[in-house]
Amino acid sequence: MWERIYRMLVKEFIQVLRDSRMKALIFVMPVIQLIMFGYAVTTDVDHIRTALCDLDKSPQSMALIERFTGSGYFSLVESTDRPGRLGELLDRSQATLAIQINPGFADDLRAGRQAVIQTIVDGTDSNTGTVAMDYSLRITQAFSREVGAPVALAGLAQPGLAPIDLRTRAWFNPDLKSRYFNVPGVIAVILLLTSLLLTSMAVVREREIGTMEQLMVTPILPLELILGKTLPFALICLADVLAVTAVGVLWFHIPIYGSLWLLLAGAILYLMSTIGVGLFISTISHTQQQALMSSFFFYLPAVLLSGFMFPISNMPRAAQWLTYLNPLRYFLVIIRGIFLKGSGLEALWPQFAALAILGIALLSISSTRFQKRMA
Amino acid sequence: MNRENAVEVKDLTRTFGSFVAVDRLTLEVGRGTVFGFLGPNGAGKSTTIRMLCGLLLPTSGEGRVAGLDVMTESEAIKRSIGYMSQKFSLYDDLTVEENIDFYAGLYSVPKDRRQERKAWVLEMAGLADKRRTLTRTLAGGWKQRLALGCAVQHEPPILFLDEPTSGVDPLSRRRFWDLIAQMARRGTTVFVTTHYMEEAEYCDELALIYRGKMIARGTPHEVKVLLPDDILEIRVERPFEALERLEASGLVREVALFGGALHAVVGEAGTGAPALARFLEEQGFVVEAIQPVPPSLEDVFVSLIELEDRRNPAGAEE
Repeated sequence: MWERIYRMLVKEFIQVLRDSRMKALIFVMPVIQLIMFGYAVTTDVDHIRTALCDLDKSPQSMALIERFTGSGYFSLVESTDRPGRLGELLDRSQATLAIQINPGFADDLRAGRQAVIQTIVDGTDSNTGTVAMDYSLRITQAFSREVGAPVALAGLAQPGLAPIDLRTRAWFNPDLKSRYFNVPGVIAVILLLTSLLLTSMAVVREREIGTMEQLMVTPILPLELILGKTLPFALICLADVLAVTAVGVLWFHIPIYGSLWLLLAGAILYLMSTIGVGLFISTISHTQQQALMSSFFFYLPAVLLSGFMFPISNMPRAAQWLTYLNPLRYFLVIIRGIFLKGSGLEALWPQFAALAILGIALLSISSTRFQKRMA
Repeated sequence: MNRENAVEVKDLTRTFGSFVAVDRLTLEVGRGTVFGFLGPNGAGKSTTIRMLCGLLLPTSGEGRVAGLDVMTESEAIKRSIGYMSQKFSLYDDLTVEENIDFYAGLYSVPKDRRQERKAWVLEMAGLADKRRTLTRTLAGGWKQRLALGCAVQHEPPILFLDEPTSGVDPLSRRRFWDLIAQMARRGTTVFVTTHYMEEAEYCDELALIYRGKMIARGTPHEVKVLLPDDILEIRVERPFEALERLEASGLVREVALFGGALHAVVGEAGTGAPALARFLEEQGFVVEAIQPVPPSLEDVFVSLIELEDRRNPAGAEE
């Protein structure tokens, strides 16, 4: 038995390492994805393009503007004397935030009346909009505390003169860097795609060239055949975990507080599910193209409904239920927990248990279907 | 069960939905025989072989291969057979040697026999100096022999070959049949399908299958005398025109071009030959020669299939 599984393993490794497309899929694609998410796809908001119309032109209004531009979150794209110009800039997406300070701002401050400035945010990108609004509010509040007079942002409900001193502290990722959050997630997503494609394509390719039929007339047992067609890819994917983790830690300086062994254990459970799905796809696909299409048909919803980019708690109830069937959902909690929080099994056991159940279920369903296709 | 039979099949049937691919097939193949299983594409040849190899479960009927039941003992059957299909199922991206090693492992060839068996495969396939060549780059004939070599490394007593010579040049085909004959002499039973009628001559025994049913059976010689009709070879000027006139005349059952001559199937040569000669001359053709010829297997099979179609016209329209 072991001899036959060993032969299958050797064969798969030779084939994968000899095929330049496969090599790219395994080694180049993960690195490119990691770099893409590590550098380009950042949800951190800074350098908000800001247009300004200061009609007061007092030392006080200048000081407030100084606060904005000095914070690092805003960059001034245009300063105008014509309030209508602000709308134009927003319409053309040349500015995300517009600030208008009306005449009498300094007088109000001096008289102790509530001084009002008008800010308008482009809400097209709701995330950036919210963050811009939040930053503006904080800057104005700080300013108003300092000058000892209330300054209000028009149109926003906010605390009055004696604002509550709200000090938020973010745990685990004190700078709230999206990269810290994204990179472990990318590792999980890369694993999903690689294992899905490798498994489904490798089985279907054998069916296409007729070697599957040849294998089935040899004395190989169904279990040996299934192990021979899944173990090699599980091993390759585990190597990917190590490689991508190394790049994340060494290049992007993502901290890893938890145990690498626990991460590998989680990855093995996770791969049982994803390889199970890959094997299932191979039983419903006749050609490699079909396998590719089916893999993406699973991959995209799996990524969207996992909490990788969008929080599960924001999803409609039905979609939230669906996420319980998604192995990526659990592995994301595991990998982010291990990387950023140093979580151990005592915190992550529900995810481990869910992955184990899902993995065993998916692998058994697929193996049964696989054997039926053989008979 | 007769211990001398390598393959024994009784009323073997396989349906796919309402389509009957193999219809109550009954046959025996003796040990050491080269058994040719012939028929047009889609006749049920591959389905039969796949049932015998344990790749496909029969719908009904019985079958024994090497004395083992095809319904219940397919795993044991797989240890006693070699199988090679027209796809030459090798891994293109492995080298010659890697393919041999891989199949040796799957067939559990004893470790102390492996070197010897590998040398034999390389020798037989003529690939001794190409052992590190990628299989992808080999020409058809080499691939075919390598596939055969891989499939018989474990020296199976029974060998199933499904259209093993399709897509291979004539010289390689000849060489391949020589290998088959050698193996049969050493006692291997060879069950082979082909649609090349001239290859049927290499077989000890033949069965013709058509639309799932066996319609003829016997040695090549026995099958040839099955033909109830006679064949006339006609040498004539403008053979194409003559062919059209003869087809329209109603005097012949079948007429076809054979090289520069025509082969016409008639009920009886003694009366047919003068009648055809008279007809052609009346039509203004100069008949150079008209004489009966012994039927080729192809003639026989074409006639038998047409006979079957006439008997059962409903199936012919499918």
